[in-house]
Amino acid sequence: MTMAIERHLATCHACGLLQRLPAGPGHPRAACPRCGADVHARKTNSLQRTWALVVASVLLFLPANLLPIMEVTTLGTPQADTIMSGVVHLLEHGSWPLALVVFFASVVVPLFKILALLLLLITVQRQSAWRPVERTRLYRLTELLGRWSMVDIFVVTVLAALVQAGALAEVRAQAGAVFFGAVVVVTMIAAESFDPRLIWDRLGKETPRHE
Amino acid sequence: MRGSHLIACHDCDLLQQVPTVPAGGAARCGRCDAVLTRVIPRTFERTAALGLAALILLIVANVFPLLTLEIQGRLTHMSIVAGAWNLWLQGADWLAGLVFVTTLIAPALHVGLLLWVVLPLAGGRRGPAGARAFRWLQSIRPWSMAEVFMLGVLVSMVKLADLAVIVPGIALWAFAALIPVLAASMVTLDAEETWRTLAPEVPEP
Repeated sequence: MTMAIERHLATCHACGLLQRLPAGPGHPRAACPRCGADVHARKTNSLQRTWALVVASVLLFLPANLLPIMEVTTLGTPQADTIMSGVVHLLEHGSWPLALVVFFASVVVPLFKILALLLLLITVQRQSAWRPVERTRLYRLTELLGRWSMVDIFVVTVLAALVQAGALAEVRAQAGAVFFGAVVVVTMIAAESFDPRLIWDRLGKETPRHE
Repeated sequence: MRGSHLIACHDCDLLQQVPTVPAGGAARCGRCDAVLTRVIPRTFERTAALGLAALILLIVANVFPLLTLEIQGRLTHMSIVAGAWNLWLQGADWLAGLVFVTTLIAPALHVGLLLWVVLPLAGGRRGPAGARAFRWLQSIRPWSMAEVFMLGVLVSMVKLADLAVIVPGIALWAFAALIPVLAASMVTLDAEETWRTLAPEVPEP
């Protein structure tokens, strides 16, 4: 099995064109002749960037879940809602299938994304040969699910606008929502900056090399 | 049909000779199972049709009310843009920006760039700046969150069900219809064929 990088070939990240990279030490880069994007054999500083973004998302995750995301004022009494209390409220007053969906999108998905990226980072750094196919699938899933966490931000948006329009009460977005939105954006960029080909790069290195 | 050619998997970098792929078929990576290439018959015509449908639905979704609230016989309407606008008025600028981008700007760019790329190709010619528009389309796509917004609207309707009568507006139906149309347009668009048509003079390595 030959990897493209061993033949000094690289796939353009934007248009998928397979092309010969200029020879040279380090990470050679070139402009894609087809679409003009920067072409590298691997995403630039993938591990460093992904680590930085994952650490940032862990730090943002705590206030995102502990601080209230919105404050509902009915008849002069304000009531603060966190992500979790919103789910509980849905469970009590709404429908449990919807509560389950929101719990999944807002609590499970962000946690899953952070843990999955940590697992990928650590296994790549330890040059692990453990289940590369499953790890690549895990990466694809992480990329796919990330956007659904935005659902709670949209709930705050729609509630605030509707309640405002109907003068029922007042719904105000709170600091937790800003942190939560930041978690979604930062983990989406983190998944984008991770290069799944790094999982496979280390595999060929188990066999003893003859220099 | 797409002839046999050399391809490196975008997920695991395995270099492999892809056999001839018939129309409607796909080739998967022999090592990590990623889809390497998919050949879609009449890709530009089908995608252009879906793109035009998406444009009409997007315009309807942004012109008509999304939800109508009824309290003691009084009706108030809420449009999609009201979401981001109201957050802005509350002073939540960051959130307003995020919502504005994901519910308005990105879906509009998504549909606009798709048509920019595909309409000329469907007509059998290459439009200006097609390659750049297609690159932008691919970077904008993850941020276009029509379907996630829709789920948020449903959750909000359930949450407010005790307080008021909420009537779905025309925009809600248009937005609901936009989701499968956009998803289908991404399936019918053959990326490799698009690139090959946009820049036919590039040699294979």
